[in-house]
Amino acid sequence: MTASSTSPLIGRPFADIGRLTLAILATIGRITIFAGRTIGRALRPPYYPGRFFQQLREIGWYSLPVVGLTASFTGAALAQQIYIGGSRFNAQQTVPAIVVFGIIRELGPVLVGLMVAGRVSSAMAAELGTMRVTEQLDAMATLRTDPYRYLIAPRLFAAVIALPIMVLIANSIGLFGGYLLAVEKLGFNPTHYLVTTRQFLRSDDLVMSVVKAAVFGFFIALMGCYHGFEADGGAAGVGRATTNAVVSAFVLILLSDLLITVLAFG
Amino acid sequence: MDRGECAGETPKIKLINVAKRFGDKVVLDGVNLSVMPGESVAIIGGSGTGKSVTLKCILGLLTPEAGSIEVDGREIIGLSNRDAAALRAKFGMLFQGSALFDSLPIWRNVSFGLTQGRLRDSANMRRVAQENLERVGLGADVLDRFPAELSGGMQKRVALARAIAPRPEIVFFDEPTTGLDPIRADVINDLIVSLVVDLGITALTITHDMVSARKIAHRVAMLYQGRIIWHGPRDRLYDSGNPYVDQFVQGRADGPIK
Repeated sequence: MTASSTSPLIGRPFADIGRLTLAILATIGRITIFAGRTIGRALRPPYYPGRFFQQLREIGWYSLPVVGLTASFTGAALAQQIYIGGSRFNAQQTVPAIVVFGIIRELGPVLVGLMVAGRVSSAMAAELGTMRVTEQLDAMATLRTDPYRYLIAPRLFAAVIALPIMVLIANSIGLFGGYLLAVEKLGFNPTHYLVTTRQFLRSDDLVMSVVKAAVFGFFIALMGCYHGFEADGGAAGVGRATTNAVVSAFVLILLSDLLITVLAFG
Repeated sequence: MDRGECAGETPKIKLINVAKRFGDKVVLDGVNLSVMPGESVAIIGGSGTGKSVTLKCILGLLTPEAGSIEVDGREIIGLSNRDAAALRAKFGMLFQGSALFDSLPIWRNVSFGLTQGRLRDSANMRRVAQENLERVGLGADVLDRFPAELSGGMQKRVALARAIAPRPEIVFFDEPTTGLDPIRADVINDLIVSLVVDLGITALTITHDMVSARKIAHRVAMLYQGRIIWHGPRDRLYDSGNPYVDQFVQGRADGPIK
């Protein structure tokens, strides 16, 4: 008689953990193959530059309003919070330094990543998922057009290019939001604020910000495309794909942010 | 034995003991079928019996676990991606739900197979699209419209125009009349018959529609529990002597099919 049959209450949690572990590993494997196949095929013709620029506009240009708003509000709120916190030990003058530090290293890339993930991963998963369940992807293959080259590669490359540009813009807007609040509400001297900001604005922090953004862009497009491509089960399946795309993109953004931060600054 | 094989002719499509399963569910359990050049064959069978899976295996969209699929005498299972893509140039397919690309206007849908989705030689591609649309009875007024702006019957015609635009040697029709009223269904049947005759294509149709099967096919095969359990000329469809076929074509609830 086996251990699991004699002690079902003990055996079952282990079996569940085992199944979950296997399922996670299998999913990671499938996503890795999906990404590898996309990159491998994208390197060979035919190429679709028109589709790439179209996706660059969809992902980058159309996300700018929400990214700009998020960055400006967060920059201002951060300045206010640092001022309140700093005033407890008479360190209000650290506001510009910590704003530049927080925005460039952390909040700029992470907030842009999360906002774009919410907007773009879901849209990609919904569009590709609908194409899957209505057999448009199969139809494309029968028309001698590789969906990996035509649909996935342009999204993946556009997101990797668009996110760093957007993060640089968001960083500028975030710093400006902090500057406006500090000068207009908290009474900081504008010249002194800008000089301090410039002193603490380091090029390696900017590089790290851009690297993070490129990684986040890759995960945003990969999760949107993978979950949409693998969708099944009609409208409900497309709904599940959309949710899974956003949640997995969020998790990967936060996890990779932690890893990059620890590896680069730890 | 099939008529073409008697004459020693190589079948256009030949399936030998093709098996496919999804998890524990066996969908195809040793399918044997030959389709001769220029022949139109209809596969009938209930929902979930593996008709669409059969087509997708031939197209290389699904890979069978066992068996052999030959096209023009050449084994196609196990082909490299490049060879499989080249092979697909022989095929066109009309999907059940039309599967038109929502984001593209009709003329780009129809010319998609010729350009592989690239926007090039637009004037010529519009002309090619118009010619193919005329062949299925649609005018130039639909060229710049989007699929969502067309009725189901018109979408089917556009999908038909898209399938034949690259002039494939073989066309698959997946439930071509599903969702259409009897008159529009007959229009589609007539179009399929004329395309088979005019373009000399080999056609493989899967359908529940017995009127359609009798009209468009030279020969009918019935798929049941993953196997071809009967095949014969269309005139024998209602006189097959097979209780499964009799029950299916007469649409009776009582009989061997549960």
